[in-house]
Amino acid sequence: MSAASSSGAWKPGEVVSDQFPAGLRVLVVDDDPTCLVILEKMLRTCLYEVTKCNRAEIALSLLRENKNGFDIVISDVHMPDMDGFKLLEYIGLEMDLPVIMMSADDGKNVVMKGVTHGACDYLIKPVRIEALKNIWQHVVRKKKNEWKDLEHSGSVEEGDRQPKQSEDADYSSSVNEGNWRNAKRRKDEEDEAEERDDTSTLKKPRVVWSVELHQQFVAAVNQLGIDKAVPKKILELMNVPGLTRENVASHLQTLKCNDLVQKYRLYLRRLSGVSQHQNGLGNSFMGPQDASFGSMSSLNGLDLQALAASGQLPAQSLATLQAAALGRSASKSGINMSLVDQRNLFSFEAPKLRFGEGQPQQQLSNSSSKQVNLLHGIPTTMEPKQLANLHQSAQSFGNMSMQVNAHGSQSSSLLMQMGQPQSRGQILNETTGGHVSRLPSSIGQPILSNGIAGGVLARNGVVENGRGPGYNPVSQTSSMVNFPMNHNAELPGNGFPLGSSPGISSLTSKGMFQEDVNSEIKGSRGFVQSYDIFNELHHHRPQDWELQNVGLTFDASQHANSVQGNLDVLPSVLVSQQGFSSSQKSGQSRNTSAVSKAMFSVGEGSEHGNAQNIGQHLNPLLVDHSLKVKAERIADTSCENTFYPEHFGQEDLMSALLKPQQEALGPGESEFDFDGYTMDNIPG
Amino acid sequence: MDRNQVHRQVALMRQSFFDQGFLDEQFIQLEELQDEANPNFVEEVVTLYYRDSTRLILNIEQALEKSPLDFNKLDCHMHQFKGSSSSIGAKKVKSECTQFREYCKAGNGEGCMRTFQQLKKEYAILKKKLETYFQMARQAGPKEIACRPKPKLDICPDLEKNYVGWIPSRFRYTFSF
Repeated sequence: MSAASSSGAWKPGEVVSDQFPAGLRVLVVDDDPTCLVILEKMLRTCLYEVTKCNRAEIALSLLRENKNGFDIVISDVHMPDMDGFKLLEYIGLEMDLPVIMMSADDGKNVVMKGVTHGACDYLIKPVRIEALKNIWQHVVRKKKNEWKDLEHSGSVEEGDRQPKQSEDADYSSSVNEGNWRNAKRRKDEEDEAEERDDTSTLKKPRVVWSVELHQQFVAAVNQLGIDKAVPKKILELMNVPGLTRENVASHLQTLKCNDLVQKYRLYLRRLSGVSQHQNGLGNSFMGPQDASFGSMSSLNGLDLQALAASGQLPAQSLATLQAAALGRSASKSGINMSLVDQRNLFSFEAPKLRFGEGQPQQQLSNSSSKQVNLLHGIPTTMEPKQLANLHQSAQSFGNMSMQVNAHGSQSSSLLMQMGQPQSRGQILNETTGGHVSRLPSSIGQPILSNGIAGGVLARNGVVENGRGPGYNPVSQTSSMVNFPMNHNAELPGNGFPLGSSPGISSLTSKGMFQEDVNSEIKGSRGFVQSYDIFNELHHHRPQDWELQNVGLTFDASQHANSVQGNLDVLPSVLVSQQGFSSSQKSGQSRNTSAVSKAMFSVGEGSEHGNAQNIGQHLNPLLVDHSLKVKAERIADTSCENTFYPEHFGQEDLMSALLKPQQEALGPGESEFDFDGYTMDNIPG
Repeated sequence: MDRNQVHRQVALMRQSFFDQGFLDEQFIQLEELQDEANPNFVEEVVTLYYRDSTRLILNIEQALEKSPLDFNKLDCHMHQFKGSSSSIGAKKVKSECTQFREYCKAGNGEGCMRTFQQLKKEYAILKKKLETYFQMARQAGPKEIACRPKPKLDICPDLEKNYVGWIPSRFRYTFSF
């Protein structure tokens, strides 16, 4: 194929040689000489240029020596010197060529393995010539996608920058905005540089997380288990050519963040009584928020207590978070909205709050209990709605491929999300202060276990209310922080030392609190809000999430929103702190997603284990986003990475909610002490 | 017309392979790959198969002598052998391979041994038959007889001239009987 002699040389619009597919350069690898000879002859008959090779190592060296010497590789699965899938991985990572697997084995598992490892086709032996004559389509398809990615990534990156900056402007109160922005820019640059370094050939475009890619991601995360889903391993499992660890990490983070935000949003929505399920993402959210804020404050206190009492903190935290989110949005009104708009995720908050709406004040326990249920049992009441909300928000985000699963799953997703936020928070912490390490583990688990998601949401909702007024609740949140983060207990790692007394509360508050209160939480506040919810659930998670969000998102100050987009929610991703940190580099959105992802994975791991779930979780992330947004505002609070372990969820939420506006969540991130997950990832 | 007779004999023998289940569609695929550039392609491949599969059979035999039996290894070897056999279209041999693998999965050592004996028998029978076949085909005349009489499909007589690209061999020829 003269036209396509060098990979990536031609673009979709290019006129391909008339001869095509004649001349296609195929490399065949098979240890069976009979098959090899037959295949060679068949391919020659198809007018392809064939190079045959009976050992995988020889094939690899051939490919390495001559990077553009082949267009497609056909390899057997069972080979004595190297497993065909391993070869597939190598080729995908190093040369990014389409690889077709072959085997006499036609079992579904093997074929599935081929697909998940990134093979572009799977042939059953004995191979017929008809099957070979169409292999050129894979070459064309791959090139087409590469080209599209290049184009797309370029524009996307630019696009990302713009909104962020404008967002920054919106958040006037966030002192750290500028910092975030700079940080984000720095991170972006670093990230890009890294990306560039990663590929020797073409400039690595920003990875577009297509559905299939995301599914692969999810599958990898599931396979690893939420706890172990670190970007490096995920990358290995995914075995996608051209994907870097950073991509995976940021994706993970985004999911986590998204999850958190969504949860938060749901929570807020519920609290605010905004249209119940669908609140339109944010707009409706705003309205109720104001109201909710007021109630939030009261709620916050309640939440915490309620949570503490029932260990349902999560719900409360959710409420808090939501409240905070709401509050924040309300307070910021303009900003909030923007947050919401931007982050879509935030809009979830509003709907999320739904569950707590009636109650925001009173007792968050009520709502929180509702939520808590969610958290605990995962599918509690809140969840379905929240999930729906989340889902909605997720959808709005677009990126969040959250697919709101049925209610049941939703709850779990919520939880997961919650967890994610936590993890994210942790991650954030890390970024901010390296606390991230804390989150991962704890967050993931708690979320699932509790209806933390619900709780968190509840809290969020509550928080929101409190926030309205300007986050008085911050102080409240601190009280919240105190709440027994029962969930924290659940969350293994949650004990982040958020700074604020309770630890968790600090987280929540972090997210929410804006500058003042948060000293500890601040950083986390941003996340806290979302985290709170999570905290409750995961205790740690939310915090992490928030923190992460803070860190991540805040860089851009509004990046939190961006995070959401990436909520690809990987169930197992939650843990990826790395994702978080790395995502930071890539920009907040990524981080968030990474976080959210992590979170989702955590929560979902148990339940859904599917990307789907994550999608749903993403919703929570949306919440997170809102949280994040808030966090941004709160950024001031220098989240010292005091991750508050579980308590954080509620209290933090509260605080976060309470102070959404002021706090510049940025720093808060560090405060989040996400248990478990993030911690792990941070080391990267 | 000795030659014609030989041709007919060769054709009959070939047909019996299919009828009796010794060979399947894959063999025809190999035949289709044969052309002027590789007039003895099928024979070459079959020879290669028998040479290489001897090694595989030896592996299996050695593995069967071990005690206790390592069924995973046996299954692995057999998988390889099965892939090879199926690529030349050795139908009966292939079905014995499948049977062997079933016994391996069930952990039935006795069944494995029995099946393996049966497999070796089929393998030897086919080898003999194909040797005879190729010999006869060479006698009958390399180009026309060694290869299956190619049907020529004269749908568009001009197609071949104007079409630049790959045409399935089935459609490359015009039928003429």
